[in-house]
Amino acid sequence: MTEQENLQTPLLSAQSVTKTYGPHLGCSDISFDLYPGEVIGIVGESGSGKTTLLNCLAGRLTPDTGAIFYTDRLGSALNVHTVSEPQRRMLMRTDWAFVHQHARDGLRMTVSAGGNVGERLMAGGARHYGNIREQALDWLEKTEVDTSRIDDRPDTFSGGMQQRLQIARNLVTGPRLVFMDEPTGGLDVSVQARLLDLLRGLVAEMGLSAIIVTHDLAVARLLSHRLMVMRRGQVVETGLTDQVLDDPQDAYTQLLVSSVLHP
Amino acid sequence: MTTETQDEGLEYNFAYLDEQTKRMIRRALLKAVAVPGYQVPFAGREMPMPYGWGTGGIQVTASILESEDVLKVIDQGADDTTNAVSIRKFFQRVAGIATTEKTEEATLIQTRHRIPETPLSEGQILVYQVPIPEPLRFLEPRETETRKMHALEEYGLMHVKLYEDIARHGHIATTYAYPVKVNDRYIMDPSPTPKFDNPKMNRCAALQLFGAGREKRIYAVPPYTDVVSLDFEDHPFEIQGWDQPCSICGDSTSFLDEVIMDDQGTRMFVCSDTDHCASRQAQGYQGPGQEAAE
Repeated sequence: MTEQENLQTPLLSAQSVTKTYGPHLGCSDISFDLYPGEVIGIVGESGSGKTTLLNCLAGRLTPDTGAIFYTDRLGSALNVHTVSEPQRRMLMRTDWAFVHQHARDGLRMTVSAGGNVGERLMAGGARHYGNIREQALDWLEKTEVDTSRIDDRPDTFSGGMQQRLQIARNLVTGPRLVFMDEPTGGLDVSVQARLLDLLRGLVAEMGLSAIIVTHDLAVARLLSHRLMVMRRGQVVETGLTDQVLDDPQDAYTQLLVSSVLHP
Repeated sequence: MTTETQDEGLEYNFAYLDEQTKRMIRRALLKAVAVPGYQVPFAGREMPMPYGWGTGGIQVTASILESEDVLKVIDQGADDTTNAVSIRKFFQRVAGIATTEKTEEATLIQTRHRIPETPLSEGQILVYQVPIPEPLRFLEPRETETRKMHALEEYGLMHVKLYEDIARHGHIATTYAYPVKVNDRYIMDPSPTPKFDNPKMNRCAALQLFGAGREKRIYAVPPYTDVVSLDFEDHPFEIQGWDQPCSICGDSTSFLDEVIMDDQGTRMFVCSDTDHCASRQAQGYQGPGQEAAE
């Protein structure tokens, strides 16, 4: 498959994904395509089904109906929820990355920063301590974590450092698709700004595709190319980020955009 | 089959356990031997001793014991410490079998913490008492997850532990319960034996059985199975060494215990395997401690 064709095949394709929790709706009938190198933002208020959708996409939750297809490095489309479990877990630790809102959910708090970054490498078969450590140092530097703290445990890190370490741990194996759930949630604004700057740089540099769930429109504007606005489990508006935010068509999107203070 | 004991009116079934229980444990053992290194759950019974004292090992021993067996029991290498003495007595009483302290004479050896220095031979069975059978336990607390990791051969996490050792201490500081890969498939905890004994497990002529009573798991290494200690390419596996020989028998190749002699911090190093040390003394070997005493 040529590079050109590659860019025309969606990397991830969601087809009428629906997930309910008993009588409660998680997300309903959602379809979209994500192309290589593209960053899609999912915005909406709390409880609108953003995280449910993301977990379905990332294979962490099984949707009630609908299917999700992922195009692997060989160009074949895999149904994320019907491939064998070993294959899905293999995808999760090689091709994909998942950045949790709370770094504690994505890190091993009792293992040093270097061990955290090295885990994916060792899971992939790396057995040379020197090389693993070198790559860990390299990634700590890229994510602006002080390299002298490589042997410290993440529970001694600040919230912003933990989040950057989580990103390093996820990106070290060079994934193709990154899922992020509120990556800047709970961080103060100056730390958020640095993290966003870092993420934007890495996404551009590595040519990553990403799906970012956030309730923060500023984060969405900075990182994503396209935007999906969700409300009560449904997508109410999609479009290019600037278009959606500057000229919202749906009443709810208008409300959402006008709710943001501009200091 | 029952065994008369000294106590009047008290009769035990041969080797304490009832025949149904033995049958259940033997089934688990057969499965364990068929899948080397795989932890087979079994319905562990209450034994007349607390968990942590060898309830797993004693159940395995009781299930495979025959009346013509000669039993040896090792506790930290020694034949004469509490645990060894009481387990040996227990089986003398409930099975009326012969016991020995000599490794070569034993057909069945139950051990805690050590593998005898004398190489084991075909036909011998070594039963280990195991406190925590799951090598991934302290890295991944969920049993559902560790079972999945074993099933899918996802063992990257085991190396994270070794990585942490090197990062913290400059070398792999795990000295006991050192993880091994059995038959190129399952990662196994060799019970808290010192890593000094790991090479003895590799392609061992004897059958090795592991019983964990509290966790109710049985696993096994059949004779002549590959057992490889995990390591890094640039930090290869190595065993402990001592810069002096055993002060009683003078052996410089066995596993030594450090014994504090007085309040001044005088210490001596002696073989942890008492049978090995005694038979060397009988052959006339002398250590530096003995020579000084003369």
